[in-house]
Amino acid sequence: MPVLVYAESDQGTIKKIAQELISYGRGIADQLGTTLTVAVMTDASAQNLAQYGAQNILNIEHEVLNTFSADTYAAAIAQAATSINADVVLVSSSANSRYLAPMIAVALDAAYVPNSTQLPVSTTPFRIKHSVYTNKAEAITEMTSPVKLIGLSKNAYGAHSFEGSVHTTNFTPELSTSKCRVTATDRATDKVTIADAEIVVSAGRGLKGPEHWHLIEDLANVLGAATACSKPVSDLGWRPHSEHVGQTGKPVASNLYIAIGISGAIQHLAGVNSSKVKVVINTDPEAPFFKAADYGIVGDAFDIVPQLIEKLKQFKALNA
Amino acid sequence: MNILVCISHVPDTTSKINFTDNDTKFDQNGVQYVINPNDEFGLTRSLWFKEQQGAVVHVVTVGGAECEPTLRKALAIGADEAIRVAIPATDGLVVAKALAQVVQQGHYDLVIAGRESLDYNGGMVPGMLAQLTGFAFVNTCIKLDIDGNQGVAVREIDGGKETIAVTLPLVIGGQKGLVEESDLRIPNMRGIMQARSKPLHVKEMSAAAATAQTISFEKPAPKEAVTLVDTVDELIDLLHKEAKVI
Ligand SMILES: Cc1cc2nc3c(=O)[nH]c(=O)nc-3n(C[C@H](O)[C@H](O)[C@H](O)COP(=O)(O)OP(=O)(O)OC[C@H]3O[C@@H](n4cnc5c(N)ncnc54)[C@H](O)[C@@H]3O)c2cc1C
Ligand SMILES: Nc1ncnc2c1ncn2[C@@H]1O[C@H](COP(=O)(O)O)[C@@H](O)[C@H]1O
Repeated sequence: MPVLVYAESDQGTIKKIAQELISYGRGIADQLGTTLTVAVMTDASAQNLAQYGAQNILNIEHEVLNTFSADTYAAAIAQAATSINADVVLVSSSANSRYLAPMIAVALDAAYVPNSTQLPVSTTPFRIKHSVYTNKAEAITEMTSPVKLIGLSKNAYGAHSFEGSVHTTNFTPELSTSKCRVTATDRATDKVTIADAEIVVSAGRGLKGPEHWHLIEDLANVLGAATACSKPVSDLGWRPHSEHVGQTGKPVASNLYIAIGISGAIQHLAGVNSSKVKVVINTDPEAPFFKAADYGIVGDAFDIVPQLIEKLKQFKALNA
Repeated sequence: MNILVCISHVPDTTSKINFTDNDTKFDQNGVQYVINPNDEFGLTRSLWFKEQQGAVVHVVTVGGAECEPTLRKALAIGADEAIRVAIPATDGLVVAKALAQVVQQGHYDLVIAGRESLDYNGGMVPGMLAQLTGFAFVNTCIKLDIDGNQGVAVREIDGGKETIAVTLPLVIGGQKGLVEESDLRIPNMRGIMQARSKPLHVKEMSAAAATAQTISFEKPAPKEAVTLVDTVDELIDLLHKEAKVI
């Protein structure tokens, strides 16, 4: 009764979020005394997967899978899980995986628990800890279905390294074409996305206007970070809506979140709470964000950010 | 066009989250309940379909009698009929299975749900419902137009968006963008009066067995106080040596 991980890839390379998921899957497989199979839809290097804990690789092949569609991907993963009799199936918390997972759950008649934060607290009974109420609390949920589907929160477990060899098998699912046909894609390809970024640099109304955003972009460039903003900033049209983070925007679970001129309203925090380290730069020492932050500077963004850019450039040059 | 809008009745984000009975139950004390924000965008979009294209709009909630004020509010804003499925909303799969029965009985062409709810924020119900009914499914939907049985949806993806052509019947997981915040409606006196005479059907159903049951809740340990620094040099040093994030 192996554990199955669905490892996402992008143009042939396994995504970082999937590396962490493979290690987590190996953790559960070890707990259950079983093995880990990693399902991929690309010719990923086997060694690459083994190093994060994969023991078997299931290479899912079908021409319909060349482009992403939730219904076809969900069907393929569910069939793959059934083909190896997996009783635990794991997905990441990427936007695509969140799209697929509920469909996989129904196909396998599996209970689904998203936002898991650690290894199961026990395996008999099977209990999993996960975050709820927009990260304001955690719940322990008991799963009793024969097949269990779990979604792992990003950056909750980390990738670990393993040694050992892997065995690869090919699997061809039976699929029809998707009910959804993508007719146009509009994506900035030269930018780090909020979902993939390890570091996110975000700014709010304290920046006064779109003409000052070069500061944010420069800072993001030095750090290899994605840029984000508070809701009023996108509502005012200073930045595109795709950069809006928070309860009504995108969630952020980066390693480092730098908030510049953002007050830290509860709806903003709801979306960024699960970032590991939070830095706040704000003129107002009473800004609520300081209560949620790890590090802070009380000061003017127009004074601090240019210094930060310069000093970080020097730091990068020294530590390159 | 027959539209079903799925409404989740959730604590407002600004509510304090507490637990009772040895941390096994959510503490309802002093909690303000609202229509889940993502559902509010979908509800407003459905009313535009009603006004511009003659659609009929039903709203549905799975849950106890305490959800009825939320349904009445949706009626006051403009929905035609409301349905409450009288079973406890224990887990996503149970809710989706109940909603699937409502969908099958009601001959709906379009089901509008929210990308995720504020309470369990699992983002489970819409996708499960689509799979159970065999409807097409578009998640994180930020724009939707329908002409006859053809839909054009725009979906938010990492770093951008994509446009999708789809044939009805359809389920969407909607969010802001379907309409903007300034388009959201608050019930007026006339709406509130009319809502009193609009039908609110209570449907009895046997619930599917729950296979995910929450045993207990925990609140995170209080956060350590922020480390304030005076200079950028100190900040970089701490991020490098202490936090190890750069
Ligand atoms: C239902 C609902 C959903 C919402 N969803 C979201 C959401 O998803 N995301 C979101 O962000 N908001 C959301 N909001 C809005 C939220 O409540 C706040 O209004 C918003 O986050 C405030 O944005 P801000 O911090 O950029 O602006 P402000 O609150 O105006 O704060 C600006 C900050 O900049 C500081 N400042 C000013 N000048 C400088 C300077 N020179 N240098 C440094 N700092 C300076 C100020 O001290 C202040 O703290 C939502 C609200 C509601 C009601
Ligand atoms: N109890 C419920 N009754 C009706 N609709 C619901 C219920 N729970 C969730 N939904 C719908 O499913 C969406 C996603 O919820 P969730 O899966 O809980 O994140 C919500 O925005 C609602 O549209």
